[in-house]
Amino acid sequence: MTALPDIHPPKARPRRRRSSLTPWLFLAPGLLMFAVYVLIPIFQSVWVSFHDWDGLGPMKWIGLANYSELWWDDAFYTSLKNNVLWLALYLLAVPLGLLIAVFLNQTVKGIRIYKSLFFFPFVISQVVVGLIFSWFYAPGFGLFYVLIEWLSGTGVAILADERYVTYGIIAAGLWPQIAYCMILYLTGLNAVAPDQIEAARLDGAKGWRMLWHVVLPQLRPATFIAVVVTVIGALRSFDLVSIMTSGGPFGSSRVLSYYMYEQALSEYGYRMGYGAAIAVVLFAIMMIFITGFIWKMWRDERGL
Amino acid sequence: MVLSNKGLLLAALLATTAPAFAQARELVFNTDASDPAPKAAFEQLIADFEAEYPDITVKVNIFDHEGYKTAIRNFLTADAPDLANWYAGNRMAPFVAANQFMDVSDVWEENGLNDSLHSAASAMTIDGKQWGVPYTYYQWGIYYNKDVYAKVGVEPADNWEDFLANCQKFKDAGIDCVTTGSKALWPIAGIFDYMSLRTNGYDWHMQLTRGEIPWTDDKVKAVFAEWEKLLPYTSPNHAAIDWQDAVSNIVQGKAANYVMGNFAVAPFLDGGMTEENLGFMPFPTINADIPRAEEAPTDTVHIPAGAKNPEDAKLFLAFLARPDVQTKMNQTLGQLPINAESSVGDDPYLQAGFDLLSTADGGIAQFFDRDASPEMAKVGMEGFQEFMVRPERLDGILERLERTRQRAAR
Repeated sequence: MTALPDIHPPKARPRRRRSSLTPWLFLAPGLLMFAVYVLIPIFQSVWVSFHDWDGLGPMKWIGLANYSELWWDDAFYTSLKNNVLWLALYLLAVPLGLLIAVFLNQTVKGIRIYKSLFFFPFVISQVVVGLIFSWFYAPGFGLFYVLIEWLSGTGVAILADERYVTYGIIAAGLWPQIAYCMILYLTGLNAVAPDQIEAARLDGAKGWRMLWHVVLPQLRPATFIAVVVTVIGALRSFDLVSIMTSGGPFGSSRVLSYYMYEQALSEYGYRMGYGAAIAVVLFAIMMIFITGFIWKMWRDERGL
Repeated sequence: MVLSNKGLLLAALLATTAPAFAQARELVFNTDASDPAPKAAFEQLIADFEAEYPDITVKVNIFDHEGYKTAIRNFLTADAPDLANWYAGNRMAPFVAANQFMDVSDVWEENGLNDSLHSAASAMTIDGKQWGVPYTYYQWGIYYNKDVYAKVGVEPADNWEDFLANCQKFKDAGIDCVTTGSKALWPIAGIFDYMSLRTNGYDWHMQLTRGEIPWTDDKVKAVFAEWEKLLPYTSPNHAAIDWQDAVSNIVQGKAANYVMGNFAVAPFLDGGMTEENLGFMPFPTINADIPRAEEAPTDTVHIPAGAKNPEDAKLFLAFLARPDVQTKMNQTLGQLPINAESSVGDDPYLQAGFDLLSTADGGIAQFFDRDASPEMAKVGMEGFQEFMVRPERLDGILERLERTRQRAAR
């Protein structure tokens, strides 16, 4: 385009006006969608959270009563505690993904097959992952149950025991998430400059020191994306909880997103206001992380 | 010539479409009949209805049975059909309170349903009006493996002491006396209901589920004290398995008894049991002074308030209430008709259920999640599950249930 001669050079002022309008025009469809499906619902949720509403009849303003009820609700604290557990343990996917990526980043015959096998759990649906792990843990015939029974004499039904159930679900969640982090790091490793590796090797760097001081700094973009994706994945963990336990036994594996769904939308959920209040709390927690991420990206863009 | 041909064609087209406009009597029926037996029963019902009313066509939307329970709230407000499946008792109360179901007292009045559907009348009545038509129900009770009983050498017991004594013998033989799968919570609500009905009676149980009795009441604790006696004999790990998995415990002889609804007979028989070794008995008596009450959830059809064709929908409800229609339908469903003039199929479990329910002097409860408010049902069933796993936490659980009851009452 630039090679074509400009026949009608426009005057400076209209062009500036047009150039300031054009980006907005192009953004408009996206902004509209974002407003309709993200921004406005956020405010609606906050609005609903101040009401008592069964989703059918009229809404009744009750002020902060939903929030004060949350404050005294044991189930809310169970969900919150599980969310923190999810967040902490789910982040293990990042170092484990790196480990596998470094391990697979070699040129052996058939390495592509191994890579795709390791990537496989991310390709299959979360629902299938949940089902596989439910059978894995199932009392009586589950592989894991039988293994524990063989080792210790008594089997443990992971998904029926309030002490282990959340860990059991997180383990199922880690399986695909590790694969995802691995693929992020594998692409990152392709971009690691070979001359720097060469130079470090000449200086006698090996093993850990090489990884820590030479390779990892170059993988920073991959690490950033892996952490962001994992944190958000941990906070919105819903499908596995729903498939594997439905929040049970007696609500001990619930997370905030599932509790919200239960209160507002499930079979017995007729409390839109209370569900919205849980959603607002979850949103506030997410905002902490999102703000951090955006702040970091903004700093990087400005080259600070 | 060409022109007139076209004219003829147009006339012919008009002739075929015009009657269609004249008889645009369409009923939209949203149903949760996704399982094979209910699906067949409803297809048959609708075919019969259309044969009787040739100018009405029924358009059926089949929903997945579980998904329907949440979908109904959306379609009632957004795009109401003319007919919809639902459940009796308190389970329909939110829709009645929100004016989403139509008052069909006139259908009951005109067709004498107050007599013929008498057994379910109270479960269909809110504020003195009827809000739908019940078409089927089924008994709950104990299904047991006769081979296991014979192996251990005990006889089915009709009272609580003997039943628990049997349980000890099963335990000594390494067999779970009672099995259940509480992953979906509701199966254990059946156990609670029977504990409550047998310990304190029907009227008290209904007061409790209506939220008129505090959960911290001593009589509630008495119910749980009886239940606690059964816990050592109940399958461990029930919280991890679905009700169908517990069926295989009975089929494989790993467990003896299962407190369940009659719909479990099909999976029992599919699993290889026969009428020879699958037994049915009522839940044993705990307090002999209390008239025997039973549990029989009722399924219903309603007209949404937003129905576009309520007149024909009422015709459909009247048709559905007829004794011959209910007889035919329930033979396909393998359940019991509500209409007193209907006849019951010759299936032994249905016959047993019919005898059981027609002699239940105490009363007929719907089921915990239909008698109690939706909010109470969820928290309650979770509490029952926690109690079964951690009976020592009973006091805390009851306090939690009481908080929910007080909030729901506001």
